[in-house]
Amino acid sequence: MTALPPPAPLTEQVADEPLRAERRLSRAEKRAIAVKGKLSSPWASGIAIVIAVLWTIPTFGLLVTSFRPKEDIRATGWWTVWQDPTFTLENYQEALFGSSTSLATYFVNSVVITIPAVVIPISIALLAAYAFAWIDFRGRNLLFVAVFALQVVPIQVTLIPLLTQYVDWGLAGSFWTIWLSHSIFALPLAIFLLHNFMKDIPPSLVEAARVDGAGHVKIFFQVLLPLLTPAIASFAIFQFLWVWNDLLVALTFAGGTPNVAPLTVRVAELSGTRGSAWELLSAGAFIMTVVPLVVFLALQRYFVRGLLAGSVKG
Amino acid sequence: MDWFLNAESAGHKFALMVVAILLFVLVMGLILFGLERIRRLPVWVTVLGFLGPTVLFLAFGLLYPGIRTIWTSFFDARSDNYVGLDNYVTAFTEPQFQIVLRNTLLWVVLVPLVSTFIGLVYAVLIDRTRFESFAKTMIFLPLSISLVGASIIWKFVYEYKQHAVNPVTGEELVHQIGILNQVLVWLGLPPQQFLLNQPWNTLFLIVVMIWIQAGFAMTVLSAAVKAIPDDIVEAARLDGLHGIGMFRYITVPSIRPALVVVLTTIAIGTLKVFDIVRTMTGGNFGTSVVAYEFYTQSFRAQNAGLGAALATILFVLVIPIVVYNVRQLRLSEEIR
Repeated sequence: MTALPPPAPLTEQVADEPLRAERRLSRAEKRAIAVKGKLSSPWASGIAIVIAVLWTIPTFGLLVTSFRPKEDIRATGWWTVWQDPTFTLENYQEALFGSSTSLATYFVNSVVITIPAVVIPISIALLAAYAFAWIDFRGRNLLFVAVFALQVVPIQVTLIPLLTQYVDWGLAGSFWTIWLSHSIFALPLAIFLLHNFMKDIPPSLVEAARVDGAGHVKIFFQVLLPLLTPAIASFAIFQFLWVWNDLLVALTFAGGTPNVAPLTVRVAELSGTRGSAWELLSAGAFIMTVVPLVVFLALQRYFVRGLLAGSVKG
Repeated sequence: MDWFLNAESAGHKFALMVVAILLFVLVMGLILFGLERIRRLPVWVTVLGFLGPTVLFLAFGLLYPGIRTIWTSFFDARSDNYVGLDNYVTAFTEPQFQIVLRNTLLWVVLVPLVSTFIGLVYAVLIDRTRFESFAKTMIFLPLSISLVGASIIWKFVYEYKQHAVNPVTGEELVHQIGILNQVLVWLGLPPQQFLLNQPWNTLFLIVVMIWIQAGFAMTVLSAAVKAIPDDIVEAARLDGLHGIGMFRYITVPSIRPALVVVLTTIAIGTLKVFDIVRTMTGGNFGTSVVAYEFYTQSFRAQNAGLGAALATILFVLVIPIVVYNVRQLRLSEEIR
């Protein structure tokens, strides 16, 4: 930061390409900027643009590459594509259905793993959060703190004993181990967050239902659940991204079998064994990324809400 | 039973998934139905109905395995003989593991600091501009990409091809396909094997995590910056503070609790990072970290004791950061 010159006042801005837009700001916006003490100099805009470009180029480069013919990828860099633009969908075809990769199978696995691993922990956590928020019982605070404290346990600590247990039960290498593990790992954070949201609901609503003779189950379904939809959506997106993008849990419990392993495991494996087959890796990376990307862009609002409420799992 | 454990076709897998969800709904439904139907239940039965599944899951999946792992860390490779603190001594003294610890330290210091710094600067620069939401999305997107995907994206950035120049004409014979090496070539420098050359390769892995976490830092800090009361900013401006002065003396101190939350949250996530090291270098060339070495020792080297000790070290390292994080989170919530 120290390398920056003192910011020039707004009026002194010279006609600089990136700044043209900023000069067309409305009066109110200009005031807002001035009030906030924004670094409104050419330098400021320049830095913002440099960061944005640096952050986008890596993804953009691989995306372009995934549509280039195999021979072109090996011969020249993706930035030369505009000299002789040839694009193809063959890489995706090969990555999805080619016998050496068959990512379509793993795509199915990812979907089959993710849906229960989102639905189950949220349901269980909702019930627990309700009990912690609205049922009065002895030892409630102690138990809540205990659940909350379990957030510190890194999943690495739990993997080997869990795996041993699954092997003993004859479940090893099935979807059940992954569903169960993801559900367990999600619970402390889910309970904590949903409890926070539940506490925000006015007690008078719950009291009124109680006076009307509603039991806990009825209050839970008819009063609280409808009000909690945005909170549930926030956490669901988090859990979805977490499970879909997870490598460690799937690697430990599913191994590499095409019957269970998700996309992340398979693509990571390809990166190790066929590290220079960029036509497959680039297409594979985007096949793996497209679902979370769409979910993320469509539900960004809920995601930000969840982030600000503290839903970040390590 | 076999139908439940081995699904090979896509149809079978989806059927299994639906059955699993239905089974779950059925069990939970029965519990809740019972609670609703039977009047005058003692409180503890209701509590058991609501909290039973949670307690069962957590005791089985977090509490017991955690204790078990700590226990195992005091035994030898095959968990047969008690060895006291030997595994910990190994982890802290052998040169091979000292590199691992050094790398972990580098990760856990650099990633939070750099990504928070970039996220904050960016958040302040784009605050209340016309492109704010678009500019945010650009930095934010890496958050949705898996660490495996991010590793592949960056591996391609670092891709290296043997440099070859025609000695007579000076013309390039081999074209670089990784953008970073191409930039070096444009600058007239020789291309580098970014992921192989120690000790710098660790830094190039760290860049990937910074790339991901800056979006998180930017989002949280942007919300905090917007929450700074206008009158404070206005007063500072009347006192002659602008630009960098404003940033240093008003913005940063006002959002201090949020800054700490972001720093610690990223530090926790970074401590546990595993995917990037595994995908990019496989822990070779001196790039391993504790979270990855745990995996290598447990599953590759079959050294249960040392693996457990590394997991326990990770556990112990995380605890103080989490405690600090939670306390600051409370503080920053008051400000938000």
